[in-house]
Amino acid sequence: MPSEYRLILKHVDQPGYTPDIECYLRHGGYEVLRKALALKPKPLPDGRVLSPQEQLRDEVMRSGLRGRGGAGFSCGLKWSLVDRKSRKPIYLICNADESEPGTFKDRQIIYKDPHQLLEGIIISCYANDVHLAYIYIRGEFVEGAKILERAIAEAKAHGFLGKNILGTGYDLEIYVHRGAGAYICGEETGLIESLEGKRPYPRIKPPYYPAVLGLYQCPTIVNNVETLCAVKHIIAMGGTEYAKLGTPNNTGTRIVSLSGHVKRPGYYEVEVGKVTLRDLIFDPVFGGGLRDGHTLKAIIPGGVSAKVFKAGERVKVPRRTPDGKETFAELDVLDLPYDFDTIAAAGSMSGSGAIIVLDDSADMVEVLANICEFFAHESCGQCTPCREGALWMCKILRRMINGGGRKIDADELLRIADNIAGGRTICAFGDACAWPVLSIVSKFKDEFIARATAAEARRGKQTVDSERGAQCAAEPVSAN
Amino acid sequence: MSVARTTESKPAPPEVEKIRVKVNGREIEVPRLMPDWQGKLAPTTMLQACEAAGVTVPHYCYHPKLPVAGNCRMCLVEFGTPALGPDRKPILNPDGTPKIVKSPRPAIACATPVSPGMEIYTNTPTVKAMRQGVLEFLLINHPLDCPICDQAGECKLQEYSVDYGQSTSRFVEAKVHKPKAVQLGPRIVFDAERCILCTRCIRFTRDIVGDDALGIINRGSYNTITTYPGTFFDNNYSLNTVDLCPVGALTSKDFRFQMRVWFLKETPSICTSCATGCNITIWSRGNKIYRYTPRENDAVNGPWMCDYGRLNFKWIGRDDRLKDVIVRGQKTTWAAALNELADRLKHAPAGSVAIIASARQSNEELWLLSKLKARLGAFSDSVPRTGEADKLLVNADKNPNSNGARLTGIAGSELGANLGGIASGIANGKIKTLIVFGEDVTKHGLGPDLLARLDALIVSDILPNETTRRAHYLLPGCAHAEKSGSFTNAAGRVQRFLKAIEPPGDARPEWEFLHELVNNVVGGNGARSIAHLFDEMARDIPAFRSLTWAALGDRGVELKI
Ligand SMILES: Cc1cc2nc3c(=O)[nH]c(=O)nc-3n(C[C@H](O)[C@H](O)[C@H](O)COP(=O)(O)O)c2cc1C
Ligand code: SF4
Ligand code: SF4
Ligand code: SF4
Ligand code: FES
Repeated sequence: MPSEYRLILKHVDQPGYTPDIECYLRHGGYEVLRKALALKPKPLPDGRVLSPQEQLRDEVMRSGLRGRGGAGFSCGLKWSLVDRKSRKPIYLICNADESEPGTFKDRQIIYKDPHQLLEGIIISCYANDVHLAYIYIRGEFVEGAKILERAIAEAKAHGFLGKNILGTGYDLEIYVHRGAGAYICGEETGLIESLEGKRPYPRIKPPYYPAVLGLYQCPTIVNNVETLCAVKHIIAMGGTEYAKLGTPNNTGTRIVSLSGHVKRPGYYEVEVGKVTLRDLIFDPVFGGGLRDGHTLKAIIPGGVSAKVFKAGERVKVPRRTPDGKETFAELDVLDLPYDFDTIAAAGSMSGSGAIIVLDDSADMVEVLANICEFFAHESCGQCTPCREGALWMCKILRRMINGGGRKIDADELLRIADNIAGGRTICAFGDACAWPVLSIVSKFKDEFIARATAAEARRGKQTVDSERGAQCAAEPVSAN
Repeated sequence: MSVARTTESKPAPPEVEKIRVKVNGREIEVPRLMPDWQGKLAPTTMLQACEAAGVTVPHYCYHPKLPVAGNCRMCLVEFGTPALGPDRKPILNPDGTPKIVKSPRPAIACATPVSPGMEIYTNTPTVKAMRQGVLEFLLINHPLDCPICDQAGECKLQEYSVDYGQSTSRFVEAKVHKPKAVQLGPRIVFDAERCILCTRCIRFTRDIVGDDALGIINRGSYNTITTYPGTFFDNNYSLNTVDLCPVGALTSKDFRFQMRVWFLKETPSICTSCATGCNITIWSRGNKIYRYTPRENDAVNGPWMCDYGRLNFKWIGRDDRLKDVIVRGQKTTWAAALNELADRLKHAPAGSVAIIASARQSNEELWLLSKLKARLGAFSDSVPRTGEADKLLVNADKNPNSNGARLTGIAGSELGANLGGIASGIANGKIKTLIVFGEDVTKHGLGPDLLARLDALIVSDILPNETTRRAHYLLPGCAHAEKSGSFTNAAGRVQRFLKAIEPPGDARPEWEFLHELVNNVVGGNGARSIAHLFDEMARDIPAFRSLTWAALGDRGVELKI
């Protein structure tokens, strides 16, 4: 029986559970922090001594935790890459920008259980010798920022934050910084630029890897809200225990944001890889199935940046037999376990954990036009392919929707997207805006051709009307 | 704020480790570290390695003297690195060569460091497709009206479109429209539609000049370069962005639409507006100068120059230039005037002559005057000219050749220290003859009353002034653009400038007629060219010894002074 596994969301939504510190303390809050701060240096058989910080980082490494922000990068590995020799301060940034369309998990934590996030941040900071941390919160979360400010004040008043935390001599300040409403500020180096007070132009890597040259050119850790909350539970139960949740290399729990044409859209915390897409969409404890009278058309498995799956599509993915051997299995996409590796092997990604379900009422040209409008508006404009390509694709789709489609537009869209994707841009936004085009156009090409054919027939010999695509991505008011 | 200054006289940097990489199959050796934009050693980039291999990588945003931005994506290349086994040792092919794993993703050559054994591919179908893709993206919203664009002939977009682009545009949508003919500042006009957002102008202004004047507003394809509301792009280096701009987006108000660049002749020269001696190119057609641009010299100005120096050439073409040889109010010939002068000077009693020669004259001219001085036992000096300095290039000394005046002995270490003495010499009647080159001495303590006491006032200048008006002998000289010669800059660097245009009327290069005059007065051989003259001077002046005109080359030579 598939079911939720509420670890991070354990208390969230329980009747009477409130975001204030008293409530958090009544539920065992900050006990894990006490435990972490109480760790003593540990002698090893070979004579070395592990500092408390190293022990904490080892636990996170052992837990197999992978980032919940989008890329699924190993958290322990990320922490191990931090330049600790430079003698510069190390910063930690909690990425609370949550703007990937379809994603609404981090805000549940921020609004309903802010102290859990703070505890996770404080432990993570202690583990990495960080004395200054920032929570970069999406500009639209006005109330969320206030809640966090309040929580920080409470935590300080209780000695969990600020100078000499719990009498241990450890100092940590956390500042909340509100974004100004740009999706690109979620990209970690764009975020860092924004935090430094600049335009959020993502940085080139090399050389600006945050672990070495991050905020103010100092080593910096950027982690997602959910990732940092998971750290608290890892330290509570131990990395090895945590790794027993979920599946190998896809450990722990993660919060899925389920939206679209299901009966029960919402957020569900599940063990990674223990439930399939079918479970999440159809099981009564999750999506509860499609709206009556409709059939499944497509699934976007990891936020709109992820490549779409078409209903009925069969994919070949590596599977491990019970005796541990690697084999391949051909599965219906619905039977894919919802994890990092299998979804990636199937040609997409679980990204931010946002699943968008589309039934037969969805017009894929309209769906793509909507997605492209978003990307054309959010491209920061720094690098050529994404800056020019995102708006170009948007204009083609807008023209198609307004009756100006041409049969060659489908191939044209694929060609443009190909010229953006594949690491040609400064940041992953380039891939993110190309993937939906590449996957939706190639998997639903007949819809694009049909629409264009009808439009061409209606227009007769009249050639393209570029004005039909002109109004795209909210043209700005001129500055001069 | 930095201009890399590499001085030959400094000891060579310690040998840096070399690594071997392959560019398009050809193995080369490159240093592991190479100078970055500030001249500091940094890991060698793929682009530097390709250049070392003689392979061109097209680029827009990259500029060797600016921090790397990596935004245009024109320099994307494919690459591979040696595969490592579990023991971190390279895995070998059956033939013993290291096995190379090709990266699934391309890299920007301008920012990606090379590593030992790396293979860089710049000519694969994928690389060509990526360049074509970038060019197509750059062109879709670009006004394709090169015939009326001022950058035509110097445009990288035009150039690369021919080399790497495709001829047909597939863009049928409405173009993005942006502001045109924006007055960004007093000297700069901006066409946002032509801008390819390479940010070179922003980086130069922010990171080299230290002025955060330019920025970008709006998102995505609507990105536009602008200044902060209510402020202007107005610093003394703003025109360098016109040189830096790879397209026709930033234009100089002074030069735009004056002349197609392919009609212009380029002559290497030196800016005369301060003692820094920025290396410049004079762009001229016929006898008209259209613009100055900086000529790169890392030992002096890097690739930059200041706006003041760049625009300080209009006076050369003024209508009231001195064009005639005048003796006592009558127009005459050079031969007649020089003969009379030689005669006069030969008979001048020792101590009765003074020479005031501008530190704007060339080394050769000052040296010739110093020979007269020696022969006549004359007093001499130059006029100091000081103003504000800045942290980048501008020197407080506004004379281009104060060091030349010092080294030739025309002036002492402090320019102008003798002017008072010369004035009193005239006042008490000891000094009867005054030779003035290139200065209006009435502004420097030798007023009309004093000048009226002289038996002979011999003046060479370019433009009329109170001194030239009182001259008994007036010899029309040349702007540096009209002659060849050398200056010694504030750092003691001797640098040549070459003749770009003809002087007006009877005006002649001062070194030419001085040489005749000195030969007549002092005697001596007949050096015919500036090269001969320079070499003769170098033999005569200890500080210049070992120099030759030829060895000065285009970059000059620094003296130890
Ligand atoms: C265009 C773009 C937008 C992103 N937006 C977010 C976001 O809103 N929140 C987030 O946590 N990570 C976002 N990321 C991922 C971050 O760059 C970064 O990988 C993440 O914060 C790292 O945290 P994690 O390792 O804990 O997942 C985004 C990435 C890209 C390329
Ligand atoms: S890929 Fe897009 S969002 Fe990322 S830096 Fe380039 S233009 Fe900006
Ligand atoms: S104005 Fe020129 S230099 Fe500046 S960003 Fe645009 S193209 Fe580049
Ligand atoms: S810094 Fe001096 S030499 Fe250089 S351009 Fe300006 S005035 Fe001329
Ligand atoms: S030259 Fe522009 S990205 Fe390298």
